[in-house]
Amino acid sequence: MKKKAIGLLALLLAALVLLTACDSGGTASGDGLSGRISLNGSTSTERVIASLIEAFREEHPGVTPTFDATGSGAGITSAMEGTADIGLSSRHLRDGEDGVDAIIFAIDGLAVIVHPDNPVTDLSTDQIAAIYTGAITNWSEVGGDDAPIAVIGREAGSGSRGAFDDIMGIEDQVVHDQELTSGGAVITAVATNSFAIGYSSLSAVGDTVRIVTVNGIPCTEETLLDGSYPIQRPFILMTQLGTEPSEATQAFIDFIMSPAATEIISNAGVVQVL
Amino acid sequence: MRPYNAFLGVHMKTKNIVEKTMQAVFFALGMVTIIAVATISAFLIINGIPAIREIGLWAFLSGQEWRSTGANPAFGILPFILTSIYSTIGAILIGVPIGLMTAIFLAKVANPRLAAVVNTAVELLAGIPSVVYGFVGMIVLVPLVQRTFALASGAILLSAILVLSVMILPGIISVSRTALAAVPREYEEASFALGATKTETIFKVSVPAAKSGIAAGVVLGIGRAIGEVMAVLMVMGNVPNMPNLFEPARSLTTAIAMELSYATGFQRQTLLSIGLVLFCFIMMINLILNFALKRGYKA
Repeated sequence: MKKKAIGLLALLLAALVLLTACDSGGTASGDGLSGRISLNGSTSTERVIASLIEAFREEHPGVTPTFDATGSGAGITSAMEGTADIGLSSRHLRDGEDGVDAIIFAIDGLAVIVHPDNPVTDLSTDQIAAIYTGAITNWSEVGGDDAPIAVIGREAGSGSRGAFDDIMGIEDQVVHDQELTSGGAVITAVATNSFAIGYSSLSAVGDTVRIVTVNGIPCTEETLLDGSYPIQRPFILMTQLGTEPSEATQAFIDFIMSPAATEIISNAGVVQVL
Repeated sequence: MRPYNAFLGVHMKTKNIVEKTMQAVFFALGMVTIIAVATISAFLIINGIPAIREIGLWAFLSGQEWRSTGANPAFGILPFILTSIYSTIGAILIGVPIGLMTAIFLAKVANPRLAAVVNTAVELLAGIPSVVYGFVGMIVLVPLVQRTFALASGAILLSAILVLSVMILPGIISVSRTALAAVPREYEEASFALGATKTETIFKVSVPAAKSGIAAGVVLGIGRAIGEVMAVLMVMGNVPNMPNLFEPARSLTTAIAMELSYATGFQRQTLLSIGLVLFCFIMMINLILNFALKRGYKA
C-alpha cells in the first residue's frame, strides 16, 4: 500500500516537472514567443491592463504577463529600478522621477458626479475648486437647490486624488466630508446621498449617478482625446531607461500601441493614444 | 513470565516514544503562537519607533493635524486617538445596556424555546463579516442618519458608533450570559425566600454576582470596537478632523488602512507608528481583560 502511494507520488512529481519544463520551454505557444512580463503600478490602470493582457494572451499563449496593482509611485520606482519589466503610472512624472522610457498610451477622464436627483448639470472648474476647498458649501450658490454640499473625495496618496487636486490647483486645501479608498466606493456614496458631489474615472461610472459637464464640456472619449475636457490624466507605461526590453515585453508594448488594442482600451473606459 | 515482561517492555517503549513525540509536537505548535506574537511585536517596535523619534513622541501623540502627503506635511494623531476612544465609548454606552439586558433575558427570563431562537440570532450576528456590517451601514444607515439630522453627509462618527454598538453585541451577550448562568441557584433562591421579586433578584443578586464576567464581556466589546477597520472605514467619512459626533472622523485603525496601499517612505513609517500606538492600546485592554477575568475566578 505504502509502496504504491510512493510510486504514485513519484509519478505525479515527474509529471509536474515535465509540465513546468514544457511551460518554460515555450513549446506550447503558437508563434514561438514566450516568457514572463512583470507589470507593476497604478491601480487605476488595472482594468485596462487586465483586458489588454487577456487579449494579448490569445495571440501569444506562451507569454505570461503578471500585473501587481500597487500604485503609480511604486510603478514608477519599479520601472526605474528594473524590478518590473513595465511600470504603470496614472499621473505625469514629477521632477526627479527620471531614468525611465515613458509613453502615454491612454487618457483617463475624471468625471465629476452628482446624485441623479440633483438639478445642477454644469459646473465650472472654479466652482468645483471652490466646492472642494470649502469656499462654496451650498448647492444654491452654483444654481442648485438650497441644500448643503457633501464633498466626497479619495484618500491622500491615491492617483485619482493626486490628479484631481493637481488639475484643480487645490493641493493641501481640500476640505472633504468623506474620504473613500476606491472609485467604486465614491460612486456608491454619491448614489446614496442626494447632496453629494464626487469624482471617479469615466470608465467606472454607471447610471446610478449623473456626470456633470465641466465648463460646459461633457466628459466623453472625444473631449478627452482632443484635450478640451479639463479634468483628465494620462496612463503612462514605462520601461527602464537604457535597458533593451525583452522580446515578449516589446511585443506587448507594440500591441498596446497598435490599432488592434483600440477597442479593448475603449471598452475599459479610457481613450487610447496612438 | 519472561515473554510477557519482554512484551510489556516493548509496549512501554513504544508508548514512551509516542508520548515524547506528541509532547514535542504540542510544544512546537504552542511555539507558533509565541513566535507570531513576538514577530509582530518586534516588527511594530522596530518599524514604528523611527518615525516617532523623528517627529517626537509628544508631537506625534498630541498633534492635531494630519497632512501626510502635503507639501508641508504634519503628522499629529490626536484626532485618531480621540476618535478611537470616542467611538469605543459611544459603542459601549449603547451596546452594553442592550447586550446586558439581552443576556439577562436569555439566562433568566426567556422560556427555553424562545431563548434558543434569540440565541441563534445572536450567533448569526457574531458570524456576519464586518464588511457586510459596513455595507449595510453605508447603504441603509448612512442615508438614514443624513436625513434624520438634516446633514450634508451621513458618514459621520455617530454612524460608526451605531454600527459598532451592534457589532459588539454578540460578544457582550454571550460572555455575560455565561456569567449570569453560572450564578449559583442558591443565591437567587435565598433572595426569593426573603420576599424579593424576580426583577429585584436579577438586579440586586444575579448581576452583582456575575459582575466580573460581565466586565470581561464589556472589555471584549471594547477590544472589538477599537480594533474594527472595515465597517468603520465604510461609514465614518474618514476625514482626519478632531472628532465631533456629527462630523466625519478617522480612527487609528482606519488611518492605517486608508493610506497604507499608496504610502511610501516616511508616510509609511508614520503609519507603522500608528500601528504601534494601536498595539499599545490593545495591550492595555488585554491587561484589563486579564485582570477582570482573574477577579471573576476569585469570586
